[in-house]
Amino acid sequence: MKILVLLSQVPDTTARIAFTNDNTQYDGNGVTFIVNPYDEWYALVRALELKEAAGAGSVTTITVGGADTDATIRKGLAIGADEAVRVDVQPSDGLQVAEHIAAYAKDKGFDLILAGKETIDHNGGQVGAMVAELLDLPYVPLASKLDVADGKATVERDVPGGVEVVEVALPLVLSAAKGMAEQRIPNMRGIMAARTKPLNVVAAGALDAVAGTVKFELPPPKGAVKLIPAEEAGKLIELLHTEAKVI
Amino acid sequence: MSTIVFIDSRGEKIPKAAQEAVSYASKMAGGPVTAVTFGAAQGLESLGAQGAAKVIVARGLTAVDGQQLTRLVCDVATKEGATSIVCVHDATGKAVAPRVAARLKAGHVAGAIALPEGSRFTRNVFSGKARAFVEVTSPIKVISLMPNSIAITKGEGTANVEEYSGDVGTARINVKEVRKAGSGIPLPEAEIVVSAGRGMKGPEHWGPVEELANLLHGATACSRPVADMHWRPHHEHVGQTGVAIRPNCYIAIGISGAIQHLAGVNQSKVIAVINNDPEAPFFKAADYGIVGDAFEVLPKLIEAAKKLNAER
Ligand SMILES: Cc1cc2nc3c(=O)[nH]c(=O)nc-3n(C[C@H](O)[C@H](O)[C@H](O)COP(=O)(O)OP(=O)(O)OC[C@H]3O[C@@H](n4cnc5c(N)ncnc54)[C@H](O)[C@@H]3O)c2cc1C
Ligand SMILES: Nc1ncnc2c1ncn2[C@@H]1O[C@H](COP(=O)(O)O)[C@@H](O)[C@H]1O
Repeated sequence: MKILVLLSQVPDTTARIAFTNDNTQYDGNGVTFIVNPYDEWYALVRALELKEAAGAGSVTTITVGGADTDATIRKGLAIGADEAVRVDVQPSDGLQVAEHIAAYAKDKGFDLILAGKETIDHNGGQVGAMVAELLDLPYVPLASKLDVADGKATVERDVPGGVEVVEVALPLVLSAAKGMAEQRIPNMRGIMAARTKPLNVVAAGALDAVAGTVKFELPPPKGAVKLIPAEEAGKLIELLHTEAKVI
Repeated sequence: MSTIVFIDSRGEKIPKAAQEAVSYASKMAGGPVTAVTFGAAQGLESLGAQGAAKVIVARGLTAVDGQQLTRLVCDVATKEGATSIVCVHDATGKAVAPRVAARLKAGHVAGAIALPEGSRFTRNVFSGKARAFVEVTSPIKVISLMPNSIAITKGEGTANVEEYSGDVGTARINVKEVRKAGSGIPLPEAEIVVSAGRGMKGPEHWGPVEELANLLHGATACSRPVADMHWRPHHEHVGQTGVAIRPNCYIAIGISGAIQHLAGVNQSKVIAVINNDPEAPFFKAADYGIVGDAFEVLPKLIEAAKKLNAER
């Protein structure tokens, strides 16, 4: 089985959020960057588990981004991916990311393409579905469980008010959510091996931008908290009803 | 210049998020819009009140197969000459809206939270820690509306309901089983959420948390370690790596307020925090706070909620 995992780089979950250039760019100064948690913990680890269970196949990661993402990509290799691809361009929106990935994956015969549920910086939840459309493949978003047997995938997906179990013939694209696998911490051997695994940089085709972020804004600061003495805790319910009018 | 809106309304009632999307589309268009839906939807003519002049329903489609639904939406969009396509940013919308955008080479605004100014849309980024203004330059725009972002229009009028008769191809996604997550209100739709964390000490202490949620007609949620330790089911885990919610009222009990937790709940309209540590970071993000022991505070809240229910 040939598996492609879409791997994106994001600021660490505790990173300070600030912007530069008149609020048009994220300020990455002094920020640690990590593999997007959904891509690493769920999509990549499940891909590795499936390959290990089958005892054959390969796991390739693909990232659309500049050379500044190489260290993050090596982390994916340290966890166990066989090889990595980087499409060398700074994408301006999700559709561009998807078009670059689809252009690479088109003739490679991947059985499974796994994305994360969403990036924790851009929060689009869109790239996986776009890749699927561009490759004319089925797509299952928000998958919390994935098994493969006899050329068919059985997937559990989160839907409003519950979970659906669906069956889809390979190849397919899905987005991985919590539940699909458990996080793996790379060991020393993995980290050493990652140094010599292939990281193939490919040139990006030219694309037109159809959308892009023109400005960022931080939310207005929160007012001070209104404290209620613990002995009169019941007053909270009263205030939520009469003052805040939310219950 | 016309606007269509795609919604998932397969039951007897039209979901709140679907009504919001139709209201949004019609406000954005400044006039009536065409709604597109599928399955055994009922009462669709009532969408006229939110600004739909026409509703096109594909009765033959009953499950979410993104490819079929994308063909449906694109077919209607072409026939109507649509320049704006509005969807809901939920599980169904995420299977369809980005596909429609990719098919039409259209800019996609994933999770708009307000009406646009011209072609400039607002959405949350960095898990609610910032907002981004997105400019769409393509002739066709696809906008997915974040649930609970705008008020539902309560106008007059009934929509004309038409059955869709085109060909959307065969399904490639086969639904084997549907498991409902309990009888309660689904977390992303709940307007009131009562949530608890590791401060509750163990799963055996969740009775009062559930009781308070029931009394307030809300849903229950939890922090990540609580789900990881299997004190509560995974679908209750809220935060950056769990479900992101934006209820009108979020009550957090025995949760410290770590940045990753806040990232999933900071869009709540009002936040109330109960924690025995006055230094808990959550108080900085709260509108109301009680510094106290959850095991003493919860019975008082339950009593007050019962009193409130008896009065209203
Ligand atoms: C990449 C990453 C992603 C993460 N994603 C998420 C996420 O999506 N959601 C999430 O929740 N966490 C997430 N976390 C974990 C997060 O950092 C915190 O560890 C977690 O939120 C803490 O949960 P908690 O507040 O329940 O527990 P604790 O931090 O242990 O806090 C318990 C709180 O209860 C209070 N308390 C104790 N006893 C009582 C009592 N008797 N009465 C009242 N209060 C009491 C304590 O003062 C304390 O503030 C993530 C972490 C990482 C690194
Ligand atoms: N620049 C990128 N390179 C590779 N994969 C990406 C990139 N951006 C997003 N993805 C993948 O698409 C998923 C959804 O991203 P998004 O639509 O931005 O929320 C992520 O979890 C990744 O798996």
